Amino acid sequence: MDIRPSRRDFFRTAGTLAAAAGLPASLLTSASAIAADAKVLTIAYHTALPSWDPTVTAVAVNPTVQSIYKSVFDTYIDQNPDLSFRPGLLTKWGWNADRTKIELEVRKGAFWHDGSPVTPEDVVWSLERAGDPKTGNPIQFVWGKIGNFKVDGQKITADVKEFEPTLFKWMAFLTAYVLPKKAYTAAGAQGWEDKPIGSGPYMVDKLEKGAYVRLKAFPKYWGPKPAFETVIFKFVTDPTARVAEIESGGSDLTLEIPYEEYNRLTKRKGFGGSAAPVSDVGMIFISNKEPMLDENVRLAMIHAVDKKAIVDKLLLGYGVPIDTLQAPQYAAFDKSITVKYDPNAAKALLAKSGYSTTKPVKFTIQTTRGYKPKDYEMIQAIVGMWRKVGIEANIETYEIAKHFELRARHELAPAAFYNWGNAIGDPATSTGFSMFSHSPHSAWRTEDVDKLIGPLWGEKDEAKRIAGYQVADRYIAEHGLVLPLLQYVQPVVYRKGLKFTPHIAGFVLPQNVTPA
Amino acid sequence: MSLAYFLRRLLLAVPTLLGVAVIVFVLLRVVPGDPISMMIPPGASAADIENLRSLYGFDKSIPQQFALWIGDVMRGDLGVSISQRQDVMRLVASRLPATLELCLVAIVLAVASGVALGVAAVYWRRRWPEAIVDGFSGVGLAIPDFLWGLLFILILGVLIPILPVSGRLDPRLEFDAATPFYLFEALITGRLDIVGELLQHLILPALALALPLAAALARVIKTSLAEAMNQDYVMLARVKGYSRSRILWRVALRNALIPAVTLTGVQFTFLVGGTVLIETIFAYPGIGNLAIHAVVQRDLPLIQGLVLTFAVLFVAINLLVDATYSMLNPRVRVR
Repeated sequence: MDIRPSRRDFFRTAGTLAAAAGLPASLLTSASAIAADAKVLTIAYHTALPSWDPTVTAVAVNPTVQSIYKSVFDTYIDQNPDLSFRPGLLTKWGWNADRTKIELEVRKGAFWHDGSPVTPEDVVWSLERAGDPKTGNPIQFVWGKIGNFKVDGQKITADVKEFEPTLFKWMAFLTAYVLPKKAYTAAGAQGWEDKPIGSGPYMVDKLEKGAYVRLKAFPKYWGPKPAFETVIFKFVTDPTARVAEIESGGSDLTLEIPYEEYNRLTKRKGFGGSAAPVSDVGMIFISNKEPMLDENVRLAMIHAVDKKAIVDKLLLGYGVPIDTLQAPQYAAFDKSITVKYDPNAAKALLAKSGYSTTKPVKFTIQTTRGYKPKDYEMIQAIVGMWRKVGIEANIETYEIAKHFELRARHELAPAAFYNWGNAIGDPATSTGFSMFSHSPHSAWRTEDVDKLIGPLWGEKDEAKRIAGYQVADRYIAEHGLVLPLLQYVQPVVYRKGLKFTPHIAGFVLPQNVTPA
Repeated sequence: MSLAYFLRRLLLAVPTLLGVAVIVFVLLRVVPGDPISMMIPPGASAADIENLRSLYGFDKSIPQQFALWIGDVMRGDLGVSISQRQDVMRLVASRLPATLELCLVAIVLAVASGVALGVAAVYWRRRWPEAIVDGFSGVGLAIPDFLWGLLFILILGVLIPILPVSGRLDPRLEFDAATPFYLFEALITGRLDIVGELLQHLILPALALALPLAAALARVIKTSLAEAMNQDYVMLARVKGYSRSRILWRVALRNALIPAVTLTGVQFTFLVGGTVLIETIFAYPGIGNLAIHAVVQRDLPLIQGLVLTFAVLFVAINLLVDATYSMLNPRVRVR
C-alpha cells in the first residue's frame, strides 16, 4: 500500500492549517490540487513545440514534434501504427498509367476547427505552398515535383514534373499537412502561431510557449471520436523530470525515458508500459577513405561486433539487432541478408591485410555522447570488441550539429556513429539517401553503389524498385560499406487504466491512447 | 548615485553590449555546427543547399552578415528565428517575464534566508545555531544549483509529492493573462488562487537557484557582521544602552551589508545564468529554456538575441548594485 501523502492531501491539510492560522487559504489550495480527471490525458512530452507551422519551418522536419502536429492537423494520407497507409484527408490517390499525372480525391465531410469545410482548394494551396522554394520548406524537393493543379469537384489532378516514386509515402509524413488557405492567409505567419487551425481530432485550446499545449476534442472530426475531451502535452525535455512527472501523478503518460527507469516503473503497481521497436536505427557510417578502402578491414570491423550482446547488456534487451539499413517493418526488408558475428573470421580477414592484435589497424570513430540512449557506451563496447581482433579505434566525441556539418562536407572520420530515422519505411529514405554518393547525407561514395541505387530513383515499377534496393542492400552488406547496429525501441510508460497502441514511426498519438 | 554618473554608466554600457554582440556573432560562426547542415533534407541537391543558405543570409561574408544584423539590432529588430520562423524579439519578450519572476523570487529567498542565517550565526555565536549555519553554508556552496533542482524533484516531487515538478502553471487552469508577468498580474488583480498556483511552481526552481547564493550570503554576512560588532560605533551603541538585537539589526547590519550587496550583485548574474539549466530541469518556460532549444537547433539569430538579452540584464543588475551600494555606503557616493 502506498502510504505517501498525495499533493491533494497536503494541500487540504495545509489549507486547513493556513485557514486556522488566518492566512489566505487560496494561496495554498490552488486549482492544481484538483484530482486527475478521467476525461483529461496529460502527456509529459520530451520535446517542446516551437512553431505551429508544420510545413515550412526547420522544426517541421523534426520527427519528435510530429505527434503534436498529427493530433491537430491531418496529413494528406494517414499511416497505420504498422507503417501501412490509409486514407487521411485524401480518400483516393494514385498515378495515371504512364506516371505523368497524379489523381487525388479529397474527403467529403471534413471540417476545419473553425467549422468551415475542408476543400480541394485547401489541399492544392497546401501542396503549392509546400513546394514553393521561397518558403524554405526543407522537403520542398519532393513537393516541387508536382504542379499545374486542376480541381474538379472533390478531385484534384496535377502534372508530374519529375517522377518521385515515394511521393505518396511522403504524403503521410514530414511537412505533409493540410492547412486552411483562408484562415492562414487571414492570420499571417505570426497570427497563425497564436491561433492555429487544423482538421485533426484535437483543436488547440491554449498554448503556453515552452510549457504546454492544451487540446480539446474536435466534435466535427471526420474520424473516430477522440477518447479524451482534453489532451495536454507538457513539454518536459529533461528525462529525469519526465520520470518525476509520471511518478508524482503530474502526467498520465511519458516517453523516451532511460530503460532502467522504464523497468523500474513498469514493475511497480499503478503503471503500464510499452517498449516497441520504432523506425529509427543505430548505425556506423563508413567513409571511403583510408583504412576503410581495404575491404578486409571493413568486413572485419563488422564481423567483430556482437550486436546482440550490445542490445542485451547495454540496452537491457531494448533493441533489435539489424544487418542492413532496413528494419523488419520496412518495405525492402530482406531477412536473407545477414552478417554473422564471427571474431575469428574478423581476425582472419585482418591477417590477410597484415593486421593483428599486435599490429592493429588504426582509425578514428566519431560519436555523439548522450544524443541517443547509450550511444557513447555502445561505441566504447564496440571499440573493445574491435581491439580483441586487431582494430585500434580512437573515439572522438562531438555534438550532433558537428556531425551534420562534417557529413555535408564529406569530412566524417573513417567511422562515425549515427541514428537514421525512416518513418515511411521506404528504402529510398534509408539505403537510398545514406548510401548514394550524390546525397548530402552519404558517407560511402563510390560508383559501384551508385550504379545500383541510381536507376532506382526514377523506377516506376514498385516491385522492381523494392527488389533493386534489396540487391543494393545485399551488395552493401557483402562489401561492408556500412555497419548497421540495431533498431531502437521506444519506451512509453503510462498510468494504469490506460491502453496505449505503439506506432512504429515513434508517434505517441493521443488518438492511440484510450481508457483501458 | 548622481544622474550624471548614472548616465555615464549607461553610456559605458553601449561599448560593453557592442563587445558582447561582436564576440557572440563571430564565435557562433566559427564554432562547429552549421545551422544549414542541420536543415539539409535527404534529397537536397547542391542548388537546394545554396538556396537555403541564401534564404537565411549565410551566403554572405561574416562582416557583411554582422553589418546587416547590427543595423537591424539598432532598429530594435533581432531578426527571425531559424527554427521557429518567428520574430526573435517577440519570442524573447514572451519568455523573459517568466525568467524575471523566477529570478526575483529566487533572489528574495536567497537574500532573506542568507541575511537571517548570517545574523543568527552571529547572534548565537559559538552555540549550535552557528554550527548549523556553517554546515548549511558548506553544503549550499558545495552543491551546484542544478543538483539541488534534481534533489528537490526527487524529494518534494516524487518521494513526498507535494509540489509540481514542471511548468509555470497547471495546464488545466483557466487564466487568461493580459501580460506575460503572471505573478505580478495575479497579485494586482487579487487572483490569490493563481498566485498560490504560480508560487507552487516557482518554489522548487527558485529554491534551487537561491540555495548557493543564500549559503554564500550567510557566510559573508556572518563574517562582516562579526567584524562590525567589534567596531567603535557598536561599542558606543552598547554604552548608550541599546539592546543586543537592536545593535545587531539597526547598527551593525547596515555596515555589514555592504560586502553582501557586492556579492549579491555578482552572484545574481550567476543566478540568471543558472536559469538555463534550472528552467530546463523544471520545464519552466523562460529564456533559459529557450536558450537550450536555440543552442540544440543551432538557431543563430535566436542565440544572438538571447545572449544580448542576458548581457542587458547583467548590465542592468550591475547598475542596480552600484546604486544600492552608494545608498548604503556614503563614502563611495560619487557625483
